[in-house]
Amino acid sequence: MSDASGPTGPAAGPDNIDLASERAESGIDVYLAELDTSLIGLAPVKARIAEIASLLLVSRVRERLGLATTKPTLHMSFTGNPGTGKTTVAKTMAEVLHRLGYIRTSRLITVSRDDLVGEYIGHTAPKTKEVLKRAMGGVLFIDEAYYLYRAENERDYGQEAIEILLQVMEDNRDDLVVILAGYADRMEHFFSSNPGFRSRMAHHIEFPDYSDRELVAIGELMLREQNYRLSPAAEATFAEYVALRRRQPHFANARSVRNALDRAKLRQAERLVNSGVVSVEALSTIEREDILVSRVFDDNRPGS
Amino acid sequence: MRLTQGAFSYLPDLTDEQIEAQVNYCIDHGWAVNIEYTDDPHPRNTYWEMWGMPSFDLASARPVLDALQACRESFTNHYIRISASDSEKGWESLRLSFIAQRPAVEPGFQVVRSNGPGRQINYTTRSYATDQPPEQRYRDV
Repeated sequence: MSDASGPTGPAAGPDNIDLASERAESGIDVYLAELDTSLIGLAPVKARIAEIASLLLVSRVRERLGLATTKPTLHMSFTGNPGTGKTTVAKTMAEVLHRLGYIRTSRLITVSRDDLVGEYIGHTAPKTKEVLKRAMGGVLFIDEAYYLYRAENERDYGQEAIEILLQVMEDNRDDLVVILAGYADRMEHFFSSNPGFRSRMAHHIEFPDYSDRELVAIGELMLREQNYRLSPAAEATFAEYVALRRRQPHFANARSVRNALDRAKLRQAERLVNSGVVSVEALSTIEREDILVSRVFDDNRPGS
Repeated sequence: MRLTQGAFSYLPDLTDEQIEAQVNYCIDHGWAVNIEYTDDPHPRNTYWEMWGMPSFDLASARPVLDALQACRESFTNHYIRISASDSEKGWESLRLSFIAQRPAVEPGFQVVRSNGPGRQINYTTRSYATDQPPEQRYRDV
């Protein structure tokens, strides 16, 4: 996030537009700053969002001056492994786009194949249209979009949903933002079998996996939000846990961290109840043993 | 004779931008927006035909304007109105209704007098358009 008011450049006047105050007015920086602190890591994603915010700011000024005729297309695809923050970023994106006047509300409608594709002939079109009707003026987030297309069944109703979707994405370019999300490789396959989608997507944003350090920071942030904290010993164990968990199957980045912490809270509660009288401090502290019991350590336990 | 029913009916016909702004107003208040049409403009004809289902839970006026456009294409020479219902407790009724299309020629209303017992006169109004059966009203344009 760059500082918009540079030291050089012409002064604001009738021929010059004060973009800095324009930017301050939209209140966008508040959201970007919030995004910066509430989302750990994801540097390329944040940079992209800041770019989109700048693009919209400039295009809004251009529109006011009669320089722009059409609004930019903002349909996006989010690719990344599970738990890398795609849904969370989509929520923020809706807020940013709303703040900059691109969409009417900050509404985010999350759908998957089941919400769009019908069960019998003639069911799909009304179903998809109904969803699109509700999503208009906001952001439509299609999770695991590649399930819409089933190559093995050419009579699959998903194709119909795709066609309607493409049609509406084209017609309502300035009133609806569609975000497709899913795993990178399967999205790639989906786009190559539906080239219409690829060309209508203005932004392809990749969500990188978190590093171990980032995951620990995310875990601590999650705990802080719920007024819990890790004891210093638990902190080290938790870092160890994250490193081990990553090597196991079904690792889902931040989601795995959240689940691990939920289980740790469970064990902490059990431990506290069994110990009878506890201090207020202990109520919100997760100790080393709460994490150490996890199955993840089973294969790596010294001596086992 | 220009039909005056609902809101804004003494103003010039609303443009699509103005209709969109009104619908957005309704949506922002959480009202359900409905499109209705009729070829019988009698003031007591309160129940017009519905064009599809009322739109609940919208975020943008665009779907309503698309539906309005489709309705106009099907009924080029009918009255079309947009109404908005508020489901909030205590209101639970229509909050806004305005005409979004009217026929090119509106023949107006006749005052009909009928003699009652003892030279009493009863008055009623009758639309000239309803002289014709439903499919043939407003067809001269």
